[in-house]
Amino acid sequence: MLSSPHPYPGRLIAVEGIDGSGKSTQLRLLERWLRARGHPVHFTEWNSSPLVRRSMKRGKSKNLLTPTTFSLLHAVDFADRFTYQILPQLKAGMIVLADRYVYTAFARDVARGVHPDWVRGVYRFAPRPDLTLYFRVPIDVSLDRLLSGRAKLKYYEAGMDLGMSSDPAESFRLFQSRVLEIYDELTREFGLRIIDARGDIPMQQKTFRRMVGEVLRDYDTQRLRNNHGQASLIR
Amino acid sequence: MAKPPSSAKAWHGHGLPYVAERPLPGHLIVIEGTDGVGRSTQIELLREWLELEGYAVSNTGWTRSPLLSATISEAKAGHQLTPRTFSLLYAADFADRLEHEILPALQAGFIVIADRYMYTAFVRNAVMGIDPEWTHELFGMALEPDLVLYLNIDLESLVPRVVQGKGMDYWESGMHLALSSDIFDSFLSYQQRMIGEYALLASELDFTTVDARHPIEEIQRELREHVAEYLKRARAVAKASEGIPPAARKI
Repeated sequence: MLSSPHPYPGRLIAVEGIDGSGKSTQLRLLERWLRARGHPVHFTEWNSSPLVRRSMKRGKSKNLLTPTTFSLLHAVDFADRFTYQILPQLKAGMIVLADRYVYTAFARDVARGVHPDWVRGVYRFAPRPDLTLYFRVPIDVSLDRLLSGRAKLKYYEAGMDLGMSSDPAESFRLFQSRVLEIYDELTREFGLRIIDARGDIPMQQKTFRRMVGEVLRDYDTQRLRNNHGQASLIR
Repeated sequence: MAKPPSSAKAWHGHGLPYVAERPLPGHLIVIEGTDGVGRSTQIELLREWLELEGYAVSNTGWTRSPLLSATISEAKAGHQLTPRTFSLLYAADFADRLEHEILPALQAGFIVIADRYMYTAFVRNAVMGIDPEWTHELFGMALEPDLVLYLNIDLESLVPRVVQGKGMDYWESGMHLALSSDIFDSFLSYQQRMIGEYALLASELDFTTVDARHPIEEIQRELREHVAEYLKRARAVAKASEGIPPAARKI
């Protein structure tokens, strides 16, 4: 439940932000650091479940997706990963790193036009992360980073399905601007922590690690306690 | 000008906010009932009759969307589904058919006959122990049907039909719920629960219930009576809202 802290011994850390905000880079660096410190880490990424890969591919390549089916396919992906890649790990006391979380749906799907309350209802079973970082970046910076890295913008990423503009770059700008506005509202609604994603990479990582350090403060002591009695895991 | 409530179509919940309001002169008729109760036979006969009567008919059925049907069969074969992912896949299948089949057909003035509708999810999820409120919210994007015909059967009459028909299937026997390791015993307790949940829903939502233990022809006669009665009522309502032709009925 997003409204209250989860009861599991593990920790859930999520990053959010629009495409090209640098959140995945930062999360990978964090993962390195956590592993080096000997923590059991599990990484899980938005839209990576094999369960809906085929439908997603079919829907995207033939432009069959509506805002609602787009949203529901991502919900299936999340629910599947929640079952196999998030919940057991949290119960076993691991640190779960999520590259994008339900806030991505709340921002993107609502920008596409689904009802904000409906999509919140769909994801009601999701546990609240112990820390969610929002990598905030102006639209132009994001566009520059994406265009320099890749040949062209993807259809749905650019919100081309909404028919706001036939020019992918312009459509991306319009669509992602809406997403950005909604993210700003979400940071207030759900208390997401903001990182200025324009800063240099090591500085951002330093801030990230400091915040994660706070979250792990009582986690370390819990793990020590568990080492003395493994039965505490299996109640 | 106030429109009579019975002439307007309504969403189950929040609906599809991005879909422009448009006239839906068609009729959405739902056939519900548990596995093996004879829905598809009855739907085929209904369609034949309605087309003879001059109505254009469009069929839609649970898990038949081009977007999801392959994924659902694949997932069912793999046994990796949980009640939660199951419901979300069904909801995606439903939304795909709603937007690409049901709404366009209703807009074009067709009678849409739906083989199962959101009530199937309500019943199955209740049996699988999923919070009913979540299921209702999930299907908040659905359009309320104009008529729900529920084929009611008891377990004793259902068993021989299924055994002599296509046989007992893993999912329809509720084997995923681990009620029993014996497929026959599991079928009995799963279908008993399904029928129980259907009965609750049928009385709560006032479904038109038809006794599915009767011979095929008799069931069909009864279904046609209910459909004819509904269509007559719909015509009367359309007439009563003078000045507003049926095509002005909007969602």
